[in-house]
Amino acid sequence: MKIHIKNGRVIDPKNNIDDKLDVFIAAGKIVALGKSPEGFIANQTIDANNLIICPGLVDLSARLREPGDEYKARLLSELQAAVAGGVTSLACPPDTDPVLDEPGLVEMLKHRTKQQGLAHVYPLGALTMQLQGKALSEMNELHAAGCVGFSQANVAITDTQVLWRAMEYAATFGFTLFLHAEEPFLAANGVAHDGEVATRLGLKGIPSAAEALALGTILRIAQETGAKVHISRLSTAEGVSMIRASKKQGLKITCDVSANHLHLTEHDIGYFDANCHLKPPLRTQRDKDALSAGLKDGTIDAICSDHTPVDDDAKLAPFAEAEIGATGLELLLPLTLKWATQEKVSLLQAVGRITQMSAQILDIPAGNLSQNSNADLCIFDANEYWKISPATLKSQGKNTPFNGLELAGKVKLTLVHGQVVYQG
Amino acid sequence: MNNPQLDTDGNLRHLLSIEGLPKRILNQILDTAESFVGVAEREVKKVPLLRGKTVCNLFFENSTRTRTTFEIAAKRLSADVISLNVGTSSQSKGETILDTVDNLIAMHADMFVVRHSQSGAAHLIAKHVPPHIHVINAGDGRHSHPTQGLLDVFTIRKYKPELHNLRIAIVGDVLHSRVARSEIHALTTLGVPEVRVIAPKTLLPAQVEKLGVHVFHDMEAGLKDVDVVMMLRLQNERMSGAMLPSSQEYFKTYGLTQEKLKLAKPDAIVMHPGPMNRGVEIDSNVADGKQSVILPQVTYGIAIRMAVMALLAGGLPAHQQSAGSNIVEAAGGTL
Repeated sequence: MKIHIKNGRVIDPKNNIDDKLDVFIAAGKIVALGKSPEGFIANQTIDANNLIICPGLVDLSARLREPGDEYKARLLSELQAAVAGGVTSLACPPDTDPVLDEPGLVEMLKHRTKQQGLAHVYPLGALTMQLQGKALSEMNELHAAGCVGFSQANVAITDTQVLWRAMEYAATFGFTLFLHAEEPFLAANGVAHDGEVATRLGLKGIPSAAEALALGTILRIAQETGAKVHISRLSTAEGVSMIRASKKQGLKITCDVSANHLHLTEHDIGYFDANCHLKPPLRTQRDKDALSAGLKDGTIDAICSDHTPVDDDAKLAPFAEAEIGATGLELLLPLTLKWATQEKVSLLQAVGRITQMSAQILDIPAGNLSQNSNADLCIFDANEYWKISPATLKSQGKNTPFNGLELAGKVKLTLVHGQVVYQG
Repeated sequence: MNNPQLDTDGNLRHLLSIEGLPKRILNQILDTAESFVGVAEREVKKVPLLRGKTVCNLFFENSTRTRTTFEIAAKRLSADVISLNVGTSSQSKGETILDTVDNLIAMHADMFVVRHSQSGAAHLIAKHVPPHIHVINAGDGRHSHPTQGLLDVFTIRKYKPELHNLRIAIVGDVLHSRVARSEIHALTTLGVPEVRVIAPKTLLPAQVEKLGVHVFHDMEAGLKDVDVVMMLRLQNERMSGAMLPSSQEYFKTYGLTQEKLKLAKPDAIVMHPGPMNRGVEIDSNVADGKQSVILPQVTYGIAIRMAVMALLAGGLPAHQQSAGSNIVEAAGGTL
């Protein structure tokens, strides 16, 4: 199968390309950008006039809910949501039921997702057994089964001795740890940022210091052990400063922010909007501005969707009892574009945060349009607005704080391995 | 984001919290309550405003006083009243709040009086019910207890009518208190120029000053020259552990004694939403003393709850609603 995509504007952050170029695909690989290779006869020609062609997006955190939580979402529904959002590779956290701490489970997940032929799924293995923060998981076995890194999902390791050993062990083999920085005692039972809004609404707060304290511990141990650490979903201004300082010191550290936190603050909770019950909590305007600035200057490497589909019933409860999370795979692109427009960031830089950078963090062959790379592409109209609503979302989770909003950035075509897997 | 408490004409549709209600509505409720105070003193303590309506007391969290006063208020308005302690029935069987509500709607309830241990529960129910059903929040988590806030300002107005001249102190566990939040909003909305909160740092929520209050940690300084002292209940589980070392130490530092009360103005009144912990937050001498208005608070609570119910579901057209004090006559007086 040979495909010729013509008239599109190609954005390939890794190769610093932002130009009107034709794309040539053969046998699932990119064979050329610009000039047609000699003797190339296309079976299919796609006209991408007025559209942008970029590498398929790479999402650092998307929950597929299988195994264990099939009533919230299914592999098929969420992988369809992924490609509808232009996401062709995604990492999924290990907090499934059972937890991804067994090589067999990982193999099964890899196998079942591969069968769908949609987005590539890269599991993050549990760093400790059952995520209990006590015994290390079999990292090498899990790695062999297909895990690209290790994570505790939202569960903290309270025992710093265990955290230290986990980092030492992972560092021995060069594995990356994906850690969420939240001190569990300060955050206990908290559901919103410990500030004005939580005080008014009578919600138990999570102070910003919970992030700073956990981050301080993680960074210090990372420095001692030389572990490769990725901080998932930073939420505070102080956190951004700490990462900035650590990077200056030469620490091997990367981090991401969720698309939700880039656009929302505690005030969006309004009258107890359970869709805004997120982990970490939505924080202040000042924090949001610092996250945005950090993303702009490279302190924050990537944007993730933090896709967490929840069934409707689980959100129909008082704020604190409503389940945490929001759907996100289909919003990653439009929310990134919205950020770029608001902050006057170039498309090349913005798209880099959801392709090249996230692929680099996961160390996977994706996120670029180099010759011979997989033909995983996202073709979108940056100027077409669409309304976020349960009807327009493919994900089984319809819960998002952005419901009802019109956003620019409509995916028209998604290709995985040179096959059209989504047409919008 | 529409104000969930008001309908499109700006009339009260649900009573969920004091915050977000305009001064006009607060005064309307207070003025209406004035006319209901007299009803209790009659031989026949009933008006027919809610005749044929069904009021459902839906208490997901236990309460005796609040539930009883709502029940009395509804009965004095001639409503049929059902009281459910859901905490001990369906919820323990796993039924969701909204399932419980749906079942009661199917039984043709007209109004829900809701108490729940989680902040936002009343908002959740208000968002869910059809337009003809009204919701009154009788306390949700730490968030709001609007009829308590209203009855407190009603009581203050009775003893100190010049609200714009008052200095008021709220003392105690503001962090966990829905009563304190409701009082603060009611007082600041009605133009009380100085509202103080007095508590140790462990019992104050983050950025409490943003609610428009002055923060004091020293009780002596905080009580100086105040017109009203509003004490808060300290729940047993807060009395030992990481919030406070002991009830004895709390009483020494933040308990209201006759001696400390002398720092307030000589004619200051003392209030407490009940139930009281004598010897913990308040000394018996003060609670039963001549400056205490704690029992009148309870009496006025019934008038306030009658007023809220009558305004919500009394079927009075808006222009009569605003007439407030004539509401009893407008409804045809007694039965």
